[in-house]
Amino acid sequence: MDLITNLSIGFGVAFTAQNLIYAFVGCLLGTLIGVLPGIGPVATIAMLLPATYGLPPEAALIMLAGIYYGAQYGGSTTAILVNLPGEASSVVTVIDGYQMARKGRAGPALAAAGLGSFFAGCAGTLILAAFAPPLTEVALKFGPAEYFSLMVLGLIGAVVLASGSLLKAVAMILLGLAFGLVGTDVNSGVARYSFDIPELTDGISFIAIAMGVFGYGEIIANLATPSDQREVFTAKVKGLMPTKEDFQRMTPAVLRGTALGSVLGILPGGGALMSAFASYTIEKKIKLKKGEVPFGQGNIRGVAGPESANNAGAQTSFIPLLTLGIPPNAVMALMVGAMTIHNIQPGPQVMTSNPELFWGLIASMWIGNLMLIVLNLPLIGMWIKLLTIPYKWLFPAIVLFCAVGVYSENNNTFEIWMVAIFGVIGYLFHKLKCEPAPLLLGLILGPMMEEYLRRALLISRGDWSVLVTRPMSASLLAIAVVLLVVVLLPSVKAKREEAFVEE
Amino acid sequence: MRIKSQRDFASGVLFSAFGVAFAWGATTYNVGTGARMGPGYFPLVVGVLIAIMGVLITLKALTVKTEDGEPIGRFAWRPLVFIIGANLVFGVLLVGVHSWGLPAMGLIVAIYALTFVASLAGDQFKAKEVFVLATVLAIGSYVAFELALKLNFPIWPAFIG
Repeated sequence: MDLITNLSIGFGVAFTAQNLIYAFVGCLLGTLIGVLPGIGPVATIAMLLPATYGLPPEAALIMLAGIYYGAQYGGSTTAILVNLPGEASSVVTVIDGYQMARKGRAGPALAAAGLGSFFAGCAGTLILAAFAPPLTEVALKFGPAEYFSLMVLGLIGAVVLASGSLLKAVAMILLGLAFGLVGTDVNSGVARYSFDIPELTDGISFIAIAMGVFGYGEIIANLATPSDQREVFTAKVKGLMPTKEDFQRMTPAVLRGTALGSVLGILPGGGALMSAFASYTIEKKIKLKKGEVPFGQGNIRGVAGPESANNAGAQTSFIPLLTLGIPPNAVMALMVGAMTIHNIQPGPQVMTSNPELFWGLIASMWIGNLMLIVLNLPLIGMWIKLLTIPYKWLFPAIVLFCAVGVYSENNNTFEIWMVAIFGVIGYLFHKLKCEPAPLLLGLILGPMMEEYLRRALLISRGDWSVLVTRPMSASLLAIAVVLLVVVLLPSVKAKREEAFVEE
Repeated sequence: MRIKSQRDFASGVLFSAFGVAFAWGATTYNVGTGARMGPGYFPLVVGVLIAIMGVLITLKALTVKTEDGEPIGRFAWRPLVFIIGANLVFGVLLVGVHSWGLPAMGLIVAIYALTFVASLAGDQFKAKEVFVLATVLAIGSYVAFELALKLNFPIWPAFIG
């Protein structure tokens, strides 16, 4: 079977000493930032991108991927023990996880989250391995018109599934597209919007934007809210094993969460966060069995479901990136950046041109999940200690890593001034409640969209109808329109808002 | 007409202004036609779309009722100034500014300065604690960035090293 041969190539790559070490470093860092509230995978991956210049591409991507799914594990620890989401995707875990901890059942809650995540991670990796090749076949048939339409669909999807105001999300995407256009136009050689600054002719570094908006912007916003007293259940974690009853209840929740997360992860705009929300909503709708604790009071399904879903979603969101070259969320947008740094053009050709990278990355995810379950359950005590570090020691360190990260990208202080500007802009976004994730997607897709549109219209001699006369392109655009219409329907609109304001 | 959502009103106005400026900037490049797009074509489209979205957001802010008027709230000037300031101080000290005649002070000095300035952004500031933190960060960074990753930063002030 092809799958077996492919996976064996993958494990061959992933099991080298070097790649095992980088997978471990990624998982360790991921858990670390997952546990620490106030710093997420986007800022961390952006910080570390420059440091991966010197690494072979497989090692770099294996490490960065580990950060993303590792953060899904770490986030649940903080959610359960501190009543704070360590990661955005653990927001719903807080609700029932913390209640379990208050009732002295922190151990089983942590175990449910860990075991659920592990199962979901393995399933997600298998789905990724199974579905990537056929999707790649389809993608290879795409012309420029199809690619343009696919990107439109991707961006619309990202908006539809994102939280908050639809109009503002669309505007943020367009703003990202605009920022992405700064720099030298590849076709004419004209430097656009560079204001005669030589550094800007290379474009605005997306590392500076990601770090400014997600790193500095968030630190400033965190510091603006007074530090309240947190209660950490450190001493009370004993007896990790869930009871037999717990297992009976969490197993179906884990299965449902995994299925849901796998599907939502593939969709544009999906990924970990969306999956966790959807899973919690579904678990809540399913009738309580006799003797079960109600939701919001420490139901184990409310922990197992969302935690499985966010990990499955984190894995399968690699599918559109690896097969189509289109990032479905902000973290994947950074992965595109990581690939281009190593001269790999993301897209369907990666599987054939870099099979070691492709299958090695997938195999490493399975290994990474195994490492994570070990890191997170037996070694839980270590992470609990971390939670006692006060934020006032953390944020100067984060500022330092951001500053060092952008500077080392080109050894140029210009990037440090840029990250300062985007830090201010990021705080402004926060004050105006403009969700910044779509901006990053637009930023990455902007130059690609221009190029594909240009090629499509060049072939059709300037006839825009090419986008709707080619069947595949037309159906992609039709799906995008349907998505938009569905979301704007009053009944769905109300539901969508409700789903995001859940607690 | 009263503003129903301050946040959306401000966002809308800013988006519109940016869109108009971006589109206007695009027209200074060769726009071309659909079949032969100039460098200004796509930016013009994007700029116009941003401006349209901006206007829509502004209109929504003026018409759709919200519960509390969605005020923008006060700006947290203290963290804003000190965090961004710490970043700028780091850049200036790390490699110096030639036009101001400032020599490069290197990574170690820059880290101490960054930690002190950044710590002023928080609500508690204890000089002794910050000094310990800065020392830990300086040693850690030296090991991580210079010895492990070999990033080739200037480490010590230019006039010493």
